[in-house]
Amino acid sequence: MSNVTNEETPGPSKIASSDAAQPTATGGTGGALVEPGKRNFRELLRTDLGFLPVLITLLMVVLVFQLITKGDVLKTDNISNVIQQIVTPGIISIAAVLILLLGEIDLSLAAVAQTCGAIMAVLLIRQDFPSELAIVLAIAAGALIGFINGVLIAIVRIPSFIVTLAGSIGYAGLLLLVLAPQTTLQISDKYTTVRSLTNTFLDPVFAYGLVIIGLVLFAAAKIYTRSSRLKAGLKVPPIGRLALNIGVVAVVLLGTVIALQTNLGVPTPTVIWIGLVVFFWLILTQTSFGRHVYAVGGNAEASRRAGINVVWLRVAIFTIASTVAAFGGIMQASRGAGAASQINPTLLLNAIAAAVIGGVSLFGGRGSVWSVVLGALVIGSLENGLNLISAGQDLKNIAEGVVLVVAVAADALLRRTNAAAVR
Amino acid sequence: MTESASVPQAGLTEADRRASGQLPSLELRGINKTFGAVRALTDVDFTVYAGEVVGLVGDNGAGKSTLVKTMAGVYQPDTGEIYMQGQRVNINGPQDATRQGIETVYQDLALCDNLDVVSNMFLGREERQTLIPGILRPLKDVDMERRTLEVLRTLDVKIPSVKVPVATLSGGQRQCIAVAKTILRNPKVVLLDEPTAALGVAQTRQVLNLIKRLREQGLAVVVISHNLRDVFEVVDRVQVMRLGRKAGAFDIKTTTPEAIVAAITGAVSSGPSALSKEL
Repeated sequence: MSNVTNEETPGPSKIASSDAAQPTATGGTGGALVEPGKRNFRELLRTDLGFLPVLITLLMVVLVFQLITKGDVLKTDNISNVIQQIVTPGIISIAAVLILLLGEIDLSLAAVAQTCGAIMAVLLIRQDFPSELAIVLAIAAGALIGFINGVLIAIVRIPSFIVTLAGSIGYAGLLLLVLAPQTTLQISDKYTTVRSLTNTFLDPVFAYGLVIIGLVLFAAAKIYTRSSRLKAGLKVPPIGRLALNIGVVAVVLLGTVIALQTNLGVPTPTVIWIGLVVFFWLILTQTSFGRHVYAVGGNAEASRRAGINVVWLRVAIFTIASTVAAFGGIMQASRGAGAASQINPTLLLNAIAAAVIGGVSLFGGRGSVWSVVLGALVIGSLENGLNLISAGQDLKNIAEGVVLVVAVAADALLRRTNAAAVR
Repeated sequence: MTESASVPQAGLTEADRRASGQLPSLELRGINKTFGAVRALTDVDFTVYAGEVVGLVGDNGAGKSTLVKTMAGVYQPDTGEIYMQGQRVNINGPQDATRQGIETVYQDLALCDNLDVVSNMFLGREERQTLIPGILRPLKDVDMERRTLEVLRTLDVKIPSVKVPVATLSGGQRQCIAVAKTILRNPKVVLLDEPTAALGVAQTRQVLNLIKRLREQGLAVVVISHNLRDVFEVVDRVQVMRLGRKAGAFDIKTTTPEAIVAAITGAVSSGPSALSKEL
C-alpha cells in the first residue's frame, strides 16, 4: 500500500520516499553510501521525478493556450469536451502501459481496437444480437487476438515489434472484411445501451457519492497502511504528510466534479476510463502478478530464476492488453456512433505517446498506469488548444511530435543519470 | 538459522569436525563429469560443514564452476554420489538443489534493477494475504519489509533504504542483497560464484563481512574465488582444482598463499602432502 503515495500525488510523495531512510542507514561501511548533504537532490535524480515533469508540461500547455485563446481552454464545457475526447486513446493507452512495462511493444492495439469495435457494430446491427452479448463477444475477440499475439511472441519467440506490425496490417484487413461491403456502419441512437457508454453523464448524486466513497476508501487504506507499518515497527512519514496527501486527492477530485456539475455533469466514459485505470493500478501495485510484470520488464532472466513463469506472464499481458484495446474500440464506436473501415492513423501513436509522456519507460519495468491520465491530458489539451486556435493538421502533428520526442528524451536522460549514479 | 541437528562451530579444522562426529552439510564423492570428449571432472571429492567457509580455487578451466554447478543441480554427474547430512541425495535439477537447501548466488546477481530491495528479496515468493480465497490475494508489503529489515540486520548489511530501486545501490550492496535473498529460504548450503569479482576495496570488504556473517549463522558456505587475498581473509579451508581433479586441500591456518599457488599451477605434485593428508 505504500505505493499509493508514489502514484497519487507526485510532488510531496517523492520527497517522502527520499527521506524514508530505514533504521539500517547508519552509513560507515563502504564508500558507496551517498553523503547526507547531497542526498536529496541526487536521490531525486537517481530514482525518478515521479509525475513532476508531466504535470509541469500539462500546466504549461494549458497556460499557453489559456492565454492565446483568452480563457476558452479552462471553460467547463471545453474541459468536459477534452476529457471525453481522450477516453478512447486513454483506454488504449492503458493497454500500451501493460505492454511497455514488459519492455515490449504492441503496434496492433489501434487496429485491434477498431476491428473489435466493428465486430461489435456488425453483431449488433446486422446480426441483431443484444447489445450486451455483442459487446462481450467483441471483447472476447480482442482477447483471442491478444492471446495469438502473445503465443507468437512468448512461445514462438518472434520479436513483438514484428508480430504486432504484421498484426496491425492483418487486422486492418480483417476490419475491411468484417465491414464489407460497407465502409462505415452507423450505430443509430436506438441502440441505447451502446450509445449510453459515451453520450451520457452521471446523475449528480451518483457522481458525488462515487467520489466520496472513493475518497473514504483511499483515506482508509492510507491510514490502515500507516497503522500496520507502525505496528510492525517500520518507519512512517509524518501524519501531516498523510493528511496533505489525502487532502490533495480530495481537492482535485471534488474540485473536478464540482466544476463539471456546473455544466453538463461528469461524463460516463471518463468515469469508466478512470475506473479501469484504478483497477489496473491496484493489479499492478498490490498483487504478485503486477509485481512480476515489473520484474520481467526489469530483468526477465532474474525473474525466470526467481521462479516466475515468464512465458505465461507475457502471453497473459498481451491477452489483457488486446482485451482492453477491444474495449477502447467499443467506446470509440459508441462515441463516433459507428464503425469505420479506416484505421485512425493517430490513435495508436497517441495511446503510446500518452503512456510515454506520463513517464512509462520504453525499456520496460518503469512507470505507473496513472501516467495515461496525465499523458492523455497533455495530448488532449494540446490537440484541443490547437483546434481552438484553428491550427492546421500540419501544425498539430508537428507540435505532438515535438512533445513526444521531449518526453522520450527525458526518459533516456533519466536512465543515463541512473546508470551514471550507479557506476 | 539452519535447522541442522549438529551444533555448528566456527574455527574447527575438518579433522576436529570429523572426530566430533559432525556430518558434513554437503559431501560429494568420486564425481566424474564429461562433456563429449572433454573430461571436466575426474574423481572429485568435496566436503563442506555447517559453520564453515570452503574456498574453491583454481585456474580457468580447472573445473571449479563445473563442480559448483554440479552441487547446484545445473549439471548431473556421470558417476559419483552426493550426500547431505550423511544422507544420499539425488539432485536432478536446480529445483532439487533448492529443495535440499542448496542456494546459489551467480556472478550476474539475478536482481531486478528497477525493483526496490524488498521486492527483490521476495521476488517469486511474495507474501500475500487472503481476502477472497483464490481470487483476491493482495501483497503483504508491510510484513515483507519488516522481514527484509530483519534479515539485513542479522547479516549486518547496510543500505540507505529498503524502498529504493537496487539500481541505485553500489555493486557491493547489490551483491549483499543477492546473498541475503537466498537466506530468506533458510538454506543449509550457500554457493557463491566469484562474489567479489569486479568490486572495489570497500565493497569487497562488505561482501567478505557478509560471508563471515553467514558462517556465524551456521551455514555451510562455498566460495569460488580468483582472489587469494579474499580467500585467506574469510575461508576456513581451501580446495584447489587443477585440470578437473582435486589438486589439494589446505587448512587456511597452516598454509601459505605460495603453497596454494603452487597447487593451482601444478608446481608441486598433487599427491598428499604433510599439510593436506588429513583431507
